[in-house]
Amino acid sequence: MTLDSVPRLWRLARLDFDPVRQRPVLLYPEGAVLLNETGAAILELCNGSRTLSDIVTILTERYNADVSADVTEYLTTMADRELIRAN
Amino acid sequence: MLTEVPTTLLAELTHRCPLHCPYCSNPLELIRGEAELSTEQWKRVFSEARALGVLQLGLSGGEPLLRKDLEELAAHARSAGLYSTLVTSGLGLTRARAERLKEAGLEHIQISIQDSDPVVAEQIAGTRSVKHKQVAAALVRELGFAFTVNVVLHRSNLDRVGEIIDLAAELGADRIELANTQYYGWGLRNRAALQPTREQVERSREVAEQAMQRYRGRMQITYVLPDYYEAYPKACYGGWGKLYLVIAPNGMALPCHGATQITSLTFDNVRDHSLDWIWRESKAFRAFRGDDWMREPCRSCPRKTVDFGGCRCQAFALTGDAANPDPVCTLTPLRQIIDQALLEPARQEADFEYRYPAPEPATV
Repeated sequence: MTLDSVPRLWRLARLDFDPVRQRPVLLYPEGAVLLNETGAAILELCNGSRTLSDIVTILTERYNADVSADVTEYLTTMADRELIRAN
Repeated sequence: MLTEVPTTLLAELTHRCPLHCPYCSNPLELIRGEAELSTEQWKRVFSEARALGVLQLGLSGGEPLLRKDLEELAAHARSAGLYSTLVTSGLGLTRARAERLKEAGLEHIQISIQDSDPVVAEQIAGTRSVKHKQVAAALVRELGFAFTVNVVLHRSNLDRVGEIIDLAAELGADRIELANTQYYGWGLRNRAALQPTREQVERSREVAEQAMQRYRGRMQITYVLPDYYEAYPKACYGGWGKLYLVIAPNGMALPCHGATQITSLTFDNVRDHSLDWIWRESKAFRAFRGDDWMREPCRSCPRKTVDFGGCRCQAFALTGDAANPDPVCTLTPLRQIIDQALLEPARQEADFEYRYPAPEPATV
C-alpha cells in the first residue's frame, strides 16, 4: 500500500450499519466484520477513485491530527484479509 | 443475562431437491412439501432474525428454487437488512428467475459442483445436472451476483481437487469452498463409500494450498479438512447456541442443521414462538450453551474455549450421548471410535445409498 494506491472495497463487500449492535458493519459472503467509527470512516472513503494520499488528507483535516500511519496500517490489514483491493 | 447474539440464520426453505447426493446435510427423515412454512411465516422469521442481530441469511434447502415465492422472500430479507446467500444446485435457475432475484436485492449465490469429471459428478448427484449448472453459473456471473462454488469432497473426487478449483475459476467464481464430507445423517450412512485415505487428504491439502497462492486476489479458496484426520475437533459455529441457528422447512428451530438426529432433544417451532423467545428460552438452544454441560476431559481442558468440546451431533451420532466429548478429540478415550472407523474396509461407489424421501405409507 503506497500513497498512490487506489484502495476499493472488495466487489463482494458492502458497508452497512447494524442497529442491533449500534455499530457500522462490513458484510460479505459468509462473513461480517464489526467496525469502529474510524474504521468505517476510512472504508467509506475507499470509492475506487481516491488515492490513499487523498484519503489521508481528508481524514487529517477531519480529525485535526496526522493519521497517515494509522490509515495506511488499517488498509494494509484489510487488504491482507482481502476485504480491500488496491492497485 | 444472555449475551449471545446470533449472526447467521440458515433457512432451509424446503427439503425437496432434484439431486440425491449421498452426503446430503439434510436429515434422514426429510420434511414433506405440505409441511413447509408459508411465505408470510418465513417473512416474519426473517424480520425477527434481523431484530435479534442476525446479519447473514442462507436461503437454503433442499433446492430453494423449488419455492415459487423465493423472489418474494429474498426481497423481504433485503429490505429487513440481511445479507442473503442463495445456496442452490443451480437446477431451476432460469434467466427470468435470476433477473427477478437480482431485482429483489439478492447479493450472493452459491452453486454446488459435485466434481470436475462430468460423469462422476452426475453419478454423485444421481441425476443429469452438469449442463444446468454451467448455464446457471454463466447467468450468476453475467448478472453480477457475488458467486461462490461449493464442493463436498470425498474419496471419489478428492484426487481432482486441482481440476475442481480450476473449473470454479473457469466458471467465474469469486470464491470456492471445498469441504470434506461430514459424517452425520446421509454422510454417516455412506461413510465407508465416501471416506478418503490419509494420503489423499495430504495430497489434496498441498494442491489446495498451492492453488490458494496461485489464485490470490482473483478467487478466494477455503478448504475444510476432514475432522477424522485431525487431532482436535472442529469448533462448530463458535459453540452451540452462540452465533448460529437453523429453521427447518416446517418451522422447527435448530441450533445446528444436524441437530434433529439428537433424539434426546426436543425442538420448538417458529409457528408457536417468536425467534427471540426460542433463542433465549428454547431447551434445545440452552442444552449445550456455555460449558456447564461439559464432562471431562473437556471441563478442565484449556481448549474448551477454542473448540467448545467439538460437535454435539457427532458426539451423539457416534456415542449415543450428546454431552460426551466429540470423539474426534485425541484427548478422550472415545477417540478409538474414530480410529476404528478409519480402518473400515472401503466400499465401492456403487454401494451409495442415495438421498430420497421415505416412500409414502401405502394406502389400502
